[in-house]
Amino acid sequence: MPQQFDPETAEEACAIVADALAGKTALEIVGGGSRRDMGRPLNTDYVISAAKLAGVSLYEPDELVMRAGPGTPMEQIRMQLDQHGQMLAFEPPDYGPLLGGAPGQGTIGGVIAGNLAGPRRIKAGAARDHFLGFEAVSGRGEIFRSGGRVVKNVTGYDLCKLMAGSWGTLGLMTEITVKVLPAPEKIRTVLIACADAVSATAAMSRGLSSPHDVSAAAWLPETAAAKSGVSHVAGAQAALAAVRVEGIGSSVDARCAALREELSTFGDVEELHSHNSLSFWREVRDVRLLGDGTVWRLSVPPADAPGILEVLRAELDAEYFVDWGGGLIWVTVGCGCGGEDSGANVIRTVIAAGGGHASLIRASADLRSRVPVFQPESAPVHRLTRNIKEAFDPEGILNPGRMYEGV
Amino acid sequence: MRMPDPDRDVLSRRTEIIAALRRIVPGEGVIAEEEELRAYECDGLTAYRQLPMIVVLPESKQQVSDILKYCHGRGVKIVPRGAGTSLSGGALPLEDGITLGLGKFNRILDIDYDNRCVTAQPGVTNLAITNAVEADGFYYAPDPSSQIACSIGGNVAENSGGVHCLKYGLTTNNLLGVEMVLMDGKIVRLGGKHLDSGGYDLLGIVTGSEGLLGVITEVTVRILRAPATARALLIGFPSSETAGDCVAEIIGAGIIPGGMEMMDKLAIHAAEAFVNAGYPMDAEALLIVELDGPEIEVDELIGRVEAIARDNKAESVRISNSEDERQTFWAGRKAAFPAVGRISPDYYCMDGTIPRHRLSEVLTRMNELSDRYGLRVANVFHAGDGNLHPLILYDANKPGELENAEEFGADVLKLCVEVGGVLTGEHGVGVEKRDLMGEMFTEIDLNQQQRVKCAFDPTQQLNPGKVFPTLHRCAELGRVHIQSGQTRFPEIPRF
Repeated sequence: MPQQFDPETAEEACAIVADALAGKTALEIVGGGSRRDMGRPLNTDYVISAAKLAGVSLYEPDELVMRAGPGTPMEQIRMQLDQHGQMLAFEPPDYGPLLGGAPGQGTIGGVIAGNLAGPRRIKAGAARDHFLGFEAVSGRGEIFRSGGRVVKNVTGYDLCKLMAGSWGTLGLMTEITVKVLPAPEKIRTVLIACADAVSATAAMSRGLSSPHDVSAAAWLPETAAAKSGVSHVAGAQAALAAVRVEGIGSSVDARCAALREELSTFGDVEELHSHNSLSFWREVRDVRLLGDGTVWRLSVPPADAPGILEVLRAELDAEYFVDWGGGLIWVTVGCGCGGEDSGANVIRTVIAAGGGHASLIRASADLRSRVPVFQPESAPVHRLTRNIKEAFDPEGILNPGRMYEGV
Repeated sequence: MRMPDPDRDVLSRRTEIIAALRRIVPGEGVIAEEEELRAYECDGLTAYRQLPMIVVLPESKQQVSDILKYCHGRGVKIVPRGAGTSLSGGALPLEDGITLGLGKFNRILDIDYDNRCVTAQPGVTNLAITNAVEADGFYYAPDPSSQIACSIGGNVAENSGGVHCLKYGLTTNNLLGVEMVLMDGKIVRLGGKHLDSGGYDLLGIVTGSEGLLGVITEVTVRILRAPATARALLIGFPSSETAGDCVAEIIGAGIIPGGMEMMDKLAIHAAEAFVNAGYPMDAEALLIVELDGPEIEVDELIGRVEAIARDNKAESVRISNSEDERQTFWAGRKAAFPAVGRISPDYYCMDGTIPRHRLSEVLTRMNELSDRYGLRVANVFHAGDGNLHPLILYDANKPGELENAEEFGADVLKLCVEVGGVLTGEHGVGVEKRDLMGEMFTEIDLNQQQRVKCAFDPTQQLNPGKVFPTLHRCAELGRVHIQSGQTRFPEIPRF
């Protein structure tokens, strides 16, 4: 068992990192531990936990801002926001169950470090877009800050963007400031029977190009729809496209009616009301609609989805569903399919033409050490990645190799 | 404004450098005559001027790459320039530097409705992107007031905002990809038509980097379907406090308006005299609140906002009933800067952001500063997101008045930081706020930012003298000072 440190203040965390730097000792950074099995496996002798750097230190609903320690549980943040009818608009997912763990174990630090986002990404942005400021300890053993508590801020480099999605390889965050937004009063989902990816992508595109302010668009082939806990979805016994509208009551009703009308040319339409909508989009957000096997996450140009899915089906016999109007493809490659790299080569080759990236989200430690977990970068971009790592963590002591070998 | 010492050796090789650039960019693309260079001596921040050593106007990314590669090997500095509308001196030339203008990169390359994005060369204006797609019902959301002139490449460099960013975000939230050339001439692509990055978010760090990390040669942005309708309220208040309370209550009620702008009395009067928008002349503060979206939603929210305004002592409320009327409401706000220009020989536009609830305190203290410096100040304010634009009125022909205005401005920005805000909301640091960076950041913070600069441009030839008050050599910044924490916190367990 690695030895674990549990600093309670930024200064303590800094002292521990400074010690590690002096001894060139690698540290694994953890929060709630719910995403420890994502990324390349780490084999450090020491773990530094952000669990005690927790608590909401500032929440001003009228100013749309919240500040919290990275170890603050997402459940606590959700509850506090709920009391004021607010939310983190990027719909942070909970991958606990997807990765074989319990739900509700995630922390705000983990959500930011992974730059995660749910179905509303297409309208509201990802974690990066709501991340206003932070304090962190760099691998140089120094406490530094960037950003602020206001939305409009271009003072200096936007280091928040680098920290979001760096998986703890650039610094241990000790304080996080995020933008919060009002939660919608009402939610409706229009379901459209779309048997194939081509018509589904066209239907989603129509919805997203309409003035009806669609906040999510997904497509579930029949196998994925059958796994839903929402009876209207599972019971449809058909592949379904789903388009969500949110907002004030009268507006949601009007837009839902308009979308039902406009999208009926693609197939039979149904609608989900608030409760079922919430459940359904949570399943999409948390990737609960896939079977066993290795899970890949592909971010691609939305219009490329049908072509990519065709290849995945033919060459990998994969199961999948689609979010972000086609821009996000979730894939499971079953045991025995996809060969030694569980489809890495097929997947990365098929997305190369249109651009995008594929990451390995659920896989054995062995596979994650053999196959690039994050999208391989072009030589000059990777050079920049290495330079950035060196700029924050010159001795490579923070989560070394979690994203790329030697980074 | 102190800029890095010119490199005498580079200046002595000027003729040779011109010849080399002419081999890369044939024809008229290399400017070396003083009277032609004059057009490039400043950007939108006209108080600072410097003739560039040479101006080069390439037409292809290969030319940009060749220019940078040539300069990289010879220690020649580069100042990238878009439309030259920066209000912070981001494109201020260097005596020993080449100003690299991207004005010839003026084509829209791809309009892709299936993926809802547009790819354009960096010299295309912000407004031209919306113009290219509006017939099909789309638009590009960030709308800086200079949108008719400013370039999309410059928008990326400055992370430009506009009046709609509370609801629709800044450039960084609407940008999908760039192609850019690094100082050593290498061409890289960051992002594309998909969302988010597979590795470090280099696109995010490049956005708002003020031309210090690379030269952008192509930009891909998201386009949105235009809202079905937009209506505005014009609300007069007896004080800035009541107007500020109204703003807080609107947002507290869960309403995010498409735009929410505040003006103070001096700005109201200047604007009204200029465009006759029908603004309430007795109001101490004016709020323009715009709701956009589906018609039924806009109608309902207009009613809710009106009720909140009346609860907060609004003295007058007008609601636009036609597109013409809505445009009239905005006409005064949009003309606020030139309107102030009519009542004063010169004005100096500031750009701090504050937490909104500190507004009345900041305005009170700004008035005290105004008395102390003997200079008037008019305020326009992106009320939804706390971004202040105080306009300090001065006369550059009066000796010492510019310096006085600059000192006043610096005090305003320090005040913004003191109340928990920031130095610049959307105009950038450039040279203007460079020496104030220490008000907001420690030396450790600034050194960490400069190490990012070193990751992209280790020889620091791209736009040096901007953003950072002190230039450190990258080798010096890279050194690790190992200082074990053992002596502190003896109670925590150690290795």
